[in-house]
Amino acid sequence: MRRMNWLRSTAASVVVAAAALGGLGSSEAAAQGKQLTLCWAAWDPANALVELGKDFTKQSGIEMKYEFVPWTSYADRFLNELNSHGKLCDLIIGDSQWIGGAAENKWYVKLNDFFAKEKISMDDFVPATVVGYSQWPKGSPNYWALPAMADAVGWTYRKDWFSRPEIQSAFKAKYGRDLAPPKTYDELKQVAEFFQGREIDGKKVYGAYIFTERGSEGITMGVTNVLYNYGFGYDNPKKPYQMQGVVNSAEAAKGLEFYKELYKCCTAPGMTNAYMQEGLDAFKSGQVAMQMNWFAFFPGLYKDPNVGGDKIGFFVNPAGPGGHFTQLGGQGVSVVATSDRKDDALAYIKWFAQPTVQQRWWQLGGYSALKAVVDAPDFPKSAAFAPQFLESMGIVKDFWAEPSYAQLLLDMQKRVHDYVVADKGTSQQALDLLVKDWTKVFKEQGKQVASQ
Amino acid sequence: MTTISQPDDATVAGMGEPARSRTTRRVRGLSDRTIAWLFVAPTIALLLAINIFPLVWMIRLSFTSLNLSMSYLPLRFVGLDNFTDILGDEDVWMRLQTTAQFVIWSVTFQVIIGFGLALLINRQFRGHSFWTTIILLPMMLSPAVVGNFWTLLLQPQIGPFNSLISLFTGVPPSAFSMTGQVSLAPWTIVLVDTWMWAPYVMLICLAGLRSIPDYIYEAAEVDRASAWRQFWSITLPMTVPFLMLAVLFRAIENFKMFDMVNLLTSGGPGSTTELVSITLKRAAFEKWRTGYSSALAIILFVTVFGAANIYVKALNKVKQR
Repeated sequence: MRRMNWLRSTAASVVVAAAALGGLGSSEAAAQGKQLTLCWAAWDPANALVELGKDFTKQSGIEMKYEFVPWTSYADRFLNELNSHGKLCDLIIGDSQWIGGAAENKWYVKLNDFFAKEKISMDDFVPATVVGYSQWPKGSPNYWALPAMADAVGWTYRKDWFSRPEIQSAFKAKYGRDLAPPKTYDELKQVAEFFQGREIDGKKVYGAYIFTERGSEGITMGVTNVLYNYGFGYDNPKKPYQMQGVVNSAEAAKGLEFYKELYKCCTAPGMTNAYMQEGLDAFKSGQVAMQMNWFAFFPGLYKDPNVGGDKIGFFVNPAGPGGHFTQLGGQGVSVVATSDRKDDALAYIKWFAQPTVQQRWWQLGGYSALKAVVDAPDFPKSAAFAPQFLESMGIVKDFWAEPSYAQLLLDMQKRVHDYVVADKGTSQQALDLLVKDWTKVFKEQGKQVASQ
Repeated sequence: MTTISQPDDATVAGMGEPARSRTTRRVRGLSDRTIAWLFVAPTIALLLAINIFPLVWMIRLSFTSLNLSMSYLPLRFVGLDNFTDILGDEDVWMRLQTTAQFVIWSVTFQVIIGFGLALLINRQFRGHSFWTTIILLPMMLSPAVVGNFWTLLLQPQIGPFNSLISLFTGVPPSAFSMTGQVSLAPWTIVLVDTWMWAPYVMLICLAGLRSIPDYIYEAAEVDRASAWRQFWSITLPMTVPFLMLAVLFRAIENFKMFDMVNLLTSGGPGSTTELVSITLKRAAFEKWRTGYSSALAIILFVTVFGAANIYVKALNKVKQR
């Protein structure tokens, strides 16, 4: 009987203990169950964001899960996800050009009320990033994203090669001026021609690396850096969607011709379909003297043991005869409208907008768009490429951000690649055809397109 | 120890009898036709769900203005506009021309090389199995793998292909780009496709060669027919149906070719190697022009289906001869 009682009391204790443990387990599970998925491209800044996100998890108890996709399939993958109203992403760092489509199709949550409630002011962010990443329609106070990753096209160069006395004297003898990072595209071409085919440390090197990729957005994101500076525009500022004479002006055609000349004279063989990664590979392997690429990659390049540190220098996209601009990159972070965890996603945005978090974001290798960070007196000294980044963000221009941007982009990819790489027609014909393509797209969208 | 208890046969026979006989009667009551339908129904349902329904839906969409990137716009019925747009688009005709050239050249090379390899492999020699396996390897690879590794092989500066050409011709390896030059890129996709699929044609031809009875050759030898004469009068005519089958399979496949070419050239340089399947993919999943791309898919389907039907009729005539 005593034995029976002992058994009973032991069993009861086990049941109580199990219940207690179960309770503990379930509350832990509840905490673990809170999870947010953030979707972005797979590149260097994404690693910095993962590191930064650990602080958010520590503070909120919400686990962060990431869905990073390579750039070449980034748009395909996530636009497909948004189009199909999928629930993969709670937060998305979407490309700047998506903002029109995302707003019109209601893929993103409109953030105006949230910003007002949490006292997040868009005046605290760099104006170009607010227009580029958050607003739709452009210039209106309707916000669909928080500027997350400021970015623009910039250039890197081999500072160690540029500073060699024998190279400097050879350059001066040939061009009658000192070898220095180019300030204009004509200077850039001279420098590129000078390095093209030159032997340095027993290795043949090439002048410049520029974007030529055909499939996604590469060649467009490269050629616009020259086109803007030769006078190319998307439409008449006074007559929206009037493109004739703006897209295909004689100056713009000259700009396109220049890009082709640069491609023909001064790039490494085989660079017929090359974008960000190919540029990084070419620069890291000591193949090119100058490289066009996004600022986002510059922290990683600066740390590179072979070409980083004292060996690398940075310069802003050179000016042209028609002005001084550079292509805007970067993205804003948005809450996906179909997410079941919108409140947690908004909590993430609130946390991310804090100046201390933005400061840490910059330190980890991300690019903050918060004025408190980039306008701080010590910011230009905080990284070797910080002054160039600041200057670039003041001269950025972006591609169309219309809902039909994908069609507009692919049309430009085709026309420009056909001319620059495949030698088809003249630059003027390429831009004329582009106007024809874009007119058709806008008409399909129901826009009034004035011909003159 | 685990024991499995079996019900007593007597118990089953006794207690389960009414239930079992009911079931048996019910099964016996079904006609053969009903049973056949029962077996076929899941397959038909699956076919309807994943083949017929999307096809009908696509036909419906092809008459609309649907663009998924602008799904907020009202859906309009546009009649045959998408079809007339496509058929009047010079670019689409250029892409069809590019596709036709790719199909014709790649299938021609595959048939010649595949048939040649089959004639070699059909003989008995030392290391026969080893060489057969080696020859078959390319077709066992995924097109994605083939596209990626050929991209590396053809890289002008580090790729061994250019170095090899340089060895024989003296042209510097970095002086030409197989995937980046307008004059070379179309031949490059033909070359890679032939490398991958000639073994497949070889397999089909081999089946044809092995189906020729030995006594025909023996009779020809008795008649003192030369090897050349035997080839033209026996081997080739008797393998023609197999060759035609190989042409049919490869032509249909190459008309739809997407993955390997997309990886190798992305349709470039410019639009030099943009096959119509790449155009379709761009229209459907990059430009999101759903109505337009549905119409294009239907046009391509009808083209392949029509051409294949004509070809199959020709094949049947050859078989009857």
